[in-house]
Amino acid sequence: MKQRISIDPITRLEGHGKIEIFLDEAGDVENCYLLIPELRGFERFCVGRPVEEMALLTNRICGVCPEAHHMAAAKAADAVYHVDPPPAAKKLRELLYSAFYVTDHTTHFYALAGPDFVMGPDAPVAERNILGVIRKVGLEVAGKVLQARKHGHQTIEIIGGRKVHPCTSIPGGLTKGITEEQRQEIEKMGRWAIEFAQFTLKLFKDIVLGNKAYLDLILGDIYTHRTYYIGTVDQNNKVNFYDGKVSVVDPEGNRLCRYEPSEYTQWIAEHVEPWTYLKFPYIKPVGWKGLVDGKDSGIYCATPLSRLNAADGMATPRAQEEYDAFFGTIGSKPVHQRLTTHWARLIELLYAAERWVELATDPEITSDQFHTVPTEKPTEGIGIVEAPRGTLTHHYWTDERGLVTKVNLIVGTTNNYAPISMSVKKAAQSLIKKGTVVTEGLLNRVEMAFRIYDPCFGCATHSLPGQMPLEVRIYDVSGKIVEVLRRD
Amino acid sequence: MTTNNKSKFAMYWAAACGGCEIATLNIHEKILDFDANFEPVFWPVAMDGKVKDVEALPDQSILLTLFNGGIRNDENEEIAHLLRHKSQILVAFGSCACQGGIPGLANLSSLKSIFEVAYHTVSTDNPQGIHPGSSFNVPEGELHLPTLYPVLKTLDQVVPVDYYMPGCPPESEQIAAVIDLVIGVLQGKAQLPAKGATIGAGASTLCDECPRKRDVKKIEKFVRIQDLKTIDPELCLLEQGIPCNGPATRNGCGAVCPKANAQCIGCYGPAEGVADFGTRLMSALASVVESKDPKEISRILDGIPDPAGQFYRFNLAGSLLRASKSAWKNE
Repeated sequence: MKQRISIDPITRLEGHGKIEIFLDEAGDVENCYLLIPELRGFERFCVGRPVEEMALLTNRICGVCPEAHHMAAAKAADAVYHVDPPPAAKKLRELLYSAFYVTDHTTHFYALAGPDFVMGPDAPVAERNILGVIRKVGLEVAGKVLQARKHGHQTIEIIGGRKVHPCTSIPGGLTKGITEEQRQEIEKMGRWAIEFAQFTLKLFKDIVLGNKAYLDLILGDIYTHRTYYIGTVDQNNKVNFYDGKVSVVDPEGNRLCRYEPSEYTQWIAEHVEPWTYLKFPYIKPVGWKGLVDGKDSGIYCATPLSRLNAADGMATPRAQEEYDAFFGTIGSKPVHQRLTTHWARLIELLYAAERWVELATDPEITSDQFHTVPTEKPTEGIGIVEAPRGTLTHHYWTDERGLVTKVNLIVGTTNNYAPISMSVKKAAQSLIKKGTVVTEGLLNRVEMAFRIYDPCFGCATHSLPGQMPLEVRIYDVSGKIVEVLRRD
Repeated sequence: MTTNNKSKFAMYWAAACGGCEIATLNIHEKILDFDANFEPVFWPVAMDGKVKDVEALPDQSILLTLFNGGIRNDENEEIAHLLRHKSQILVAFGSCACQGGIPGLANLSSLKSIFEVAYHTVSTDNPQGIHPGSSFNVPEGELHLPTLYPVLKTLDQVVPVDYYMPGCPPESEQIAAVIDLVIGVLQGKAQLPAKGATIGAGASTLCDECPRKRDVKKIEKFVRIQDLKTIDPELCLLEQGIPCNGPATRNGCGAVCPKANAQCIGCYGPAEGVADFGTRLMSALASVVESKDPKEISRILDGIPDPAGQFYRFNLAGSLLRASKSAWKNE
């Protein structure tokens, strides 16, 4: 009997994502579709708007990572006006951005990914959530997590004017600087963040690396995909979130290119499917070969793991030590085992905290030279930053008044649409055989496939309880429900 | 499944960005008061909860529903109807639910042109001109997507709304204050305002809470913010020539943007008693112009580069205009 399995909705993506699994006559997975039902039309309705407003309008693509859109938009608008903001402006933007990364990666690790590792993937469902994590590692950890989030938002507000949807970046720099008093406050919070990041890495290592069963799971085959990897690097090929060139490495680790933002259309293209509103980006010179991995398929990944794979190291000392330990432990580079993305994310957390303090102690950071008035005719510009969920590209064209005439956006999670689809399919294939559905396993593994990438399809997918309740309905060929599986 | 006397609570996002949820989570320790008094039964960002569970609840059994996001497709509208039936108090929460918000700017364009742009950008490889649709046959069966509406609607354009809480997003302090109010009502210590009221915001304009000083100086031209050599941190932004939306915008945010040297962009929506935000702002801007000559006034107002965006940035869908003709006709 031919069957169809719908996973709809994927909760915290409720209304924003849906999985359809088709089984063949033998009861094996024939195909799997991840549908994204959202299309808001920013690329159309931003046309006609003044380019300096793009940093305010595109914030509203995502309320979880508005800082990423704010920065990409600000950099694209700088490029449109051919203006180079003064060093203090760039450093303040990057400082805000580093604090944002600490907040964002912290939320993801403790609320989403943490439960899988701290409690173990096979722990009872009732334990596999943030409350279980707190019970296991102690209540004071919860306090630290809230503190990390609060510090991050305070720093964002001091520089960006608001906690959500910052408003201070304009073409040529910022509307304001910071005072010495504010600098000291920011530095203090940053120093606390470094300790917090080290604490978190130690927690991860004690619990995960000290346990052979977890290590086997991480290094196992279940979410291994041999794809290309991309990530922004500085002039020394070290990971950078705010600025640099985009490094692309192939599945064997050879660097294909380091492209400038202005060159992105030579390297990245997007494929369209008629059954989903989201496009599938791929490495253009390699080409779109469908949802398959390997060197001949242009599918790439843009995540914390990708950034580590595509770079030669980290630009801060403590994070560099962790980078070496990461590749040393796994013993190869690039690392294709996708569950290690959670570990990579914590190395980035430490880097972000270290960078936060570096910038907060930079002698220029309190300079009153935080803006350069643009003098050149506005034309076209591209801004790229690393959003936590992948390389974010904003590309604008304007008329001579600086009014937007055309927009192209490739947002963080979109980069990973193909790899996420592949991971979901692989999870389904490993757990649905000859018509037998491994109930709990299917739900957990599909959920874990998602969590690796921290997807942001509707733009906001962070969840406090740290578990993804799912419902799977199995239909027979006539469309009648034969079984409903739930995991609350 | 209620095993206690807590009141049921729901929060839902339709066409939204998630910023309303983040602002709600940022109420910090107030979460504990919330937890002591409410039992969330449907809140996709923070907990389990399926549409099916809501369907199974008796009508009016949810005390408070905060609904954010505009109505962009049939699925958004279905959930709005469902939550209306199940809720005693339905709040249009945030700019998008109240007035359409930034996604409401899509109402300036036809759906057709939105697809033509989105699936034909410079990086899109689409030689066959594929546009995704609401149903499609793949070899294994039929796949469905929600049907997009030609224009985005506000929540009160599809269901009756009890209260409005503006902001993009609403400030966390205001969210905490509203939660306090509802808890006070539950304890018999406070009363709800009249139905249809705006809550969690002030009753005048942003200018009334903006600390910047006003010299009631007239301006001879509007300027773009990036063209100013320095932004005076104390003087009214409008008097510096920056088109600031403060005079038409409801207060309540604490003037956070003007305090950061950035103009008010109007996210708190029309001030109390203002029927149409754009009309009010136009007259406010015209009143600061240094001229009595209609031609000269018109020349100065031409210094506003994008009138549609300036006057209807957050409130097009909820305005008297609602949408452009091309959007209605889908041309």
